Amino acid sequence: MPKVKIPTPLRKLTKEQAEVDASGGTIRAIVDDLEKQFPGFKERMCDDNGDLRRFVNVYVGEEDIRFMDGLDTKIPDGESVSIIPAVAGG
Amino acid sequence: MADIANLKCRECGRTYPVEPIHVCEFCFGPLEADYDYEAIDAVISRETIAAGPRSIWRYVDLLPVSENTPRVDLGAGFTPLVPAPRLGAELGIADLWLKNDTVNPTFSFKDRVVSVALTKAREFGMKVAAAGTTGNLGNAVAAHAAKAGMPAVVFMPSDLEQGKIVTTAIYGATIVAIKGNYDEVNRLCAEVADAYPWAFVNTNVRPFYSEGSKTLAFECVEQLGWKYPDHMVVPIGSGSQLVKIRKGLEELAKVRLMPAPPHTKVHGAQALGCSPVAQAFAAGVDHVRPVKPNTIAKSIAIGNPADGPYALAAVKETGGRVETVTEEEIVDSIVLLARTEGIFTETAGGVTVGVLKKLAQDGAFRKGDRVCAMITGMGLKTLEPVADRGRPTVTIVPSMDEFQEKIELGLIPSDA
Repeated sequence: MPKVKIPTPLRKLTKEQAEVDASGGTIRAIVDDLEKQFPGFKERMCDDNGDLRRFVNVYVGEEDIRFMDGLDTKIPDGESVSIIPAVAGG
Repeated sequence: MADIANLKCRECGRTYPVEPIHVCEFCFGPLEADYDYEAIDAVISRETIAAGPRSIWRYVDLLPVSENTPRVDLGAGFTPLVPAPRLGAELGIADLWLKNDTVNPTFSFKDRVVSVALTKAREFGMKVAAAGTTGNLGNAVAAHAAKAGMPAVVFMPSDLEQGKIVTTAIYGATIVAIKGNYDEVNRLCAEVADAYPWAFVNTNVRPFYSEGSKTLAFECVEQLGWKYPDHMVVPIGSGSQLVKIRKGLEELAKVRLMPAPPHTKVHGAQALGCSPVAQAFAAGVDHVRPVKPNTIAKSIAIGNPADGPYALAAVKETGGRVETVTEEEIVDSIVLLARTEGIFTETAGGVTVGVLKKLAQDGAFRKGDRVCAMITGMGLKTLEPVADRGRPTVTIVPSMDEFQEKIELGLIPSDA
């Protein structure tokens, strides 16, 4: 069962847990499972069309899912998932 | 002038108290400083600004800090806006001006944003300054933290130019070199910022930090004798600077220092090897697709620009364009700027000058238009990309005969 790292802005939903377990073989399935565990979660991650919100970055291991198959990205055994807000810089 | 009352999400408009937070809890959109422009209008004037210090702090009424907070100030800003007739003649731009931000305390525009960010961090009672950086930001954070007596922790890609590492380390900052690119550094910073109560200038105090870039717009307009330029050309890394320059122009109109609306077209400049915003502009889409950066212009090599969609919108709304330049054009442009105007810029400045040339060639400027280009950082920190343009012309023994011989061979111009 993949572990999912939760950023500060979502921790009120997860009762301040920084890491939670979720079941599912793809990011889409994980998000659906997190919605069951923590109602309101999906709305934070996805817009009205069900697409990932543009300021949300999701990583499987070290890789941004936008470089893979987006929400349909598969999660290999033992890999963790991280949800991280976009940041500015330079 | 009173401080800002709220932070406001740019995406969904939800408001938050003024705290070191930067992301909307609901939609992850970036939080922005929310001003009471009517109150500012009542106190600000061209005269109050002119009576202020020769730094970004002359515009304190339009910055998100309380007037009474002790400032973390090395004198950033109010840099020269210089006419550039020789470069203009080369590029076919009759009325070209350069905002020379290479002369800031740590030699880049980042001093503007960091001075605001650390002043606010101190107001919040935060004890440690931190940043993820491509170099310039690290310099600015380390130097301002030193001045404020704050410890600084700077995270940077381990393959950065030597000049950018030394110029951060010298101020006593702890440097964490990361085996990864800037986007990966930033990702780690977001996680560290969640775990430690540090003031990450580009993360948890970013809503305040980014406001510092507005001063580039304020200064250009003031230094042109309170006139809007017809065009501004701005490099795009995260996109924040361009967005805030546009915001700055609009604020001048909101507080009635200038007529509304500003007519300035804001153009973006990217290196071809990292051009997610330019690609979206060319494709005519609103979504900025992240890329893997591959360019010598490391200070703007951000593959997943946080303000990319807003920068794209700002360009489109003002009637501007986003152009790109190749690696070779970047180096050629650095050399051209140095040889025509005596300003040695880093690669990001080369990108800006290269894009100026493209915009002029493509007819983006009408005859007589006044064009301001942002030269945001200096060249000495990044000698590597231009090293093979900077060798001795000839090497001789200290002999007049040998010198004459080289003159006769035409290797040394006799009319030089």
